Amino acid sequence: MAAIALEQIAKTYPNGHIAVKGVTLEVRDGEFMVLVGPSGCGKSTLLRLIAGLETPESGRIRLNDDDVTLLGPQQRDLAMVFQSYALYPHMTVRDNLAYGLRVRRTDSGAIAARISAVAEALELETLLDRRPSQLSGGQRQRVALGRAMVREPKAFLFDEPLSNLDPSLRAQARAELLRLHRRLQTTIVYVTHDQEEAMTLADRVAVMRAGSIEQVGPPLEVYSRPANTFVARFIGSPPMNLLTVPPDGLSDPRDAIIGVRPHDVRLGKGEPFRASVDLVEPRGHDAVVHLSLYDAKPSALLAVVSAPKAPLPDTEVRVGFRPDSMHFFDPASGARVNP
Amino acid sequence: MIAVRAVIVGALLFPLYWMLVASFTTEARLFEAPSLVPTAISLEHYRALFDTRDFLVPVRNSLVVAGFTTIFVIPIAALCAYALARMPFRGKRLLLALVLAVSMFPQISIVAPLYLGLRTLGLLNTYPGLVLPYLTFSMPLAIWLLTGFFRHFPRELEEAAMLDGASRFRALREIVLPLAAPGLASTAILTFLYCWNEFLFALSFTLGPERYTVPVAIALFRGRYQVPWGEVLAGAIVATIPVVILVLVFQRHIVAGLTAGATKG
Repeated sequence: MAAIALEQIAKTYPNGHIAVKGVTLEVRDGEFMVLVGPSGCGKSTLLRLIAGLETPESGRIRLNDDDVTLLGPQQRDLAMVFQSYALYPHMTVRDNLAYGLRVRRTDSGAIAARISAVAEALELETLLDRRPSQLSGGQRQRVALGRAMVREPKAFLFDEPLSNLDPSLRAQARAELLRLHRRLQTTIVYVTHDQEEAMTLADRVAVMRAGSIEQVGPPLEVYSRPANTFVARFIGSPPMNLLTVPPDGLSDPRDAIIGVRPHDVRLGKGEPFRASVDLVEPRGHDAVVHLSLYDAKPSALLAVVSAPKAPLPDTEVRVGFRPDSMHFFDPASGARVNP
Repeated sequence: MIAVRAVIVGALLFPLYWMLVASFTTEARLFEAPSLVPTAISLEHYRALFDTRDFLVPVRNSLVVAGFTTIFVIPIAALCAYALARMPFRGKRLLLALVLAVSMFPQISIVAPLYLGLRTLGLLNTYPGLVLPYLTFSMPLAIWLLTGFFRHFPRELEEAAMLDGASRFRALREIVLPLAAPGLASTAILTFLYCWNEFLFALSFTLGPERYTVPVAIALFRGRYQVPWGEVLAGAIVATIPVVILVLVFQRHIVAGLTAGATKG
C-alpha cells in the first residue's frame, strides 16, 4: 500500500533523447493510475523511473513519505509486470512465483502458503510444475501477474501487459485486472498506448505527449473536458473532429478551433450545414460516416450514427452539431477555452 | 539443393576420410597407387605412436593446458563481457576496441618478450608457462564473443529479478548465467579448440618431449631424412578424438532457444 509522488522528474538518455521533461504526478494510495500516450511519449520511461530501473536527472520520487529517488529497484518493494512477461524460462511456474520470496528470505512454509493462495486466485494450480515455454500467452500473462502478486508489494507497475494477447483474451484479462484491483486495493501504475484500455481501467488517466503530462483526471472528465487539442484527439475513438475554420453560421465569437466528437455530429434534413458522404464504415450497431463539410477547414468530418440512419456514399446530407457538445480550443496554444 | 549439400559435405569430410584411411594403411602401401576404399587394415602406425613415441604424453599435456586455460577464461570473460554489455561506464567502446586489438596482434611479435618473461619467472617448460600465454589470445576472443551474446540477452529478465529483490550480481548468477549456458558452452569449445590447435607458443615455451603438446609433438615426428606420414596421420586422428567428444558432449547445451518462453507469446 503506497502513494507515489513524482516531483519535477526529468530524464535524458545518454544518446541525448529527452524522455521525460519535468513531470509532477501524484498517485494516491490504492489508485489505478493509467499513463497513456503515443509511442515515444515517455510513459514507459516514467514507469521505469518509478520502478528504479532508471535514475532521474533531476526531481524526486517519493513512496509514501520516503524519498526513494536514489534507491535501486531491490529496495523499493514494487512489483512490475513486463510487456514481454519476462518469466524466468529455466524455472517452473512455482519457482517463478517463489523467486522474489526466496530472495527476501521468506520461510518456506510461508512461501508455499502464498503460492497456493495466488495460484488459486489466478487458476494456476495445474500449471505450477510447467515451464514458461509450455504455457500459452494468456497463461504466461497470468503467471507474470501472479509473480507480482505473491510478494504483496507496495504497488504494481504494469508495462503494456495486455498488448501481446489476442483481442478476445485481452478483453477478458482487462476485466480480471479490474476485479483484482477491486479486491486487493493496491496502488497500480499502468502504462498503455491504447486509449480504450486507459478509459476502461483507470481511476485516473494521465495523458502524456513528448515527455510531458498533458492532462490528469478521471477518464470521463478527460473525455468530456479535454484540456487541449492533443488530448481531445487522443482520447475517444474515432477521434474528435477539430475545425479550424468552421462553416458559416456556426456561432463562434471567440475565433477558436471547434471540436466535436463524431458521436455528437447529427445528420438530418433540418440541420444547418451541407456535406457530401465520402465513405461509410458499418460497425454493426453503428456506422462511421466520413463526410466532406462544405466551406470548412479541414473539410473532412467524421460522424457516428446508428446503423439504420447511415446515409449512402456519394450522396449529399445536412449536418449539425449538438450545441452543448462543442469544445473550443485556442488556435495558438491548443488549450481549452470554454469552461 | 540436396546434391549441393552432398557436394559441400563431401568436400569437407573427404580430407578427414582420407586421413583416416591412410592412418590404417601400411607405410609400404601408402605411396603405391592409393585406393579410396581400404583393402587391408593395419594398426602399425597406431602401435608405433603409442609404443615407441609415447603419444599419450602430448595428449595429456594438451588436455591439461587447453582445459585449464578454458577453465580460467570462461568465468573471467563472462564477468568482463557482462559488464561491457550492460553497465554504463566511460570509455566502454575504447575498452572493447582495445580487447579486440589485443587479439589482432600477430603471435610471433610477442613470442620473444613472452619467452624472456617466462624465463625470468622460471615458468619455461611448465604448464602455467603455457596457460598464461594462452590467456593472452583466448581471453579477448572469449570476451568479444560473450559480449555479443549478453547484448542480445533479454534485459527484462534481469530487471524482473532486480524488482524481485535480487542484487545485480545475484541476478547475473541465478538468472543470466544459467540461461547463458549455450553461449558459455560454445565459447568454451572455441577457446579449447584454439588452445588445442595452438602451435607457436607451445613450440617456443616447451623444451622437451615431456611438455610437448599434440601439435608440437606431431610436427617433430619428422626425422632428418624422412617424414613418417602414417604416424603423422594416425597422430592427427588421435588428436581429433577429444575434440569430437567435447563437441558431442556440449552439443546438447548449444541448443538455441533455451530462452524460449521467457518473453513474448
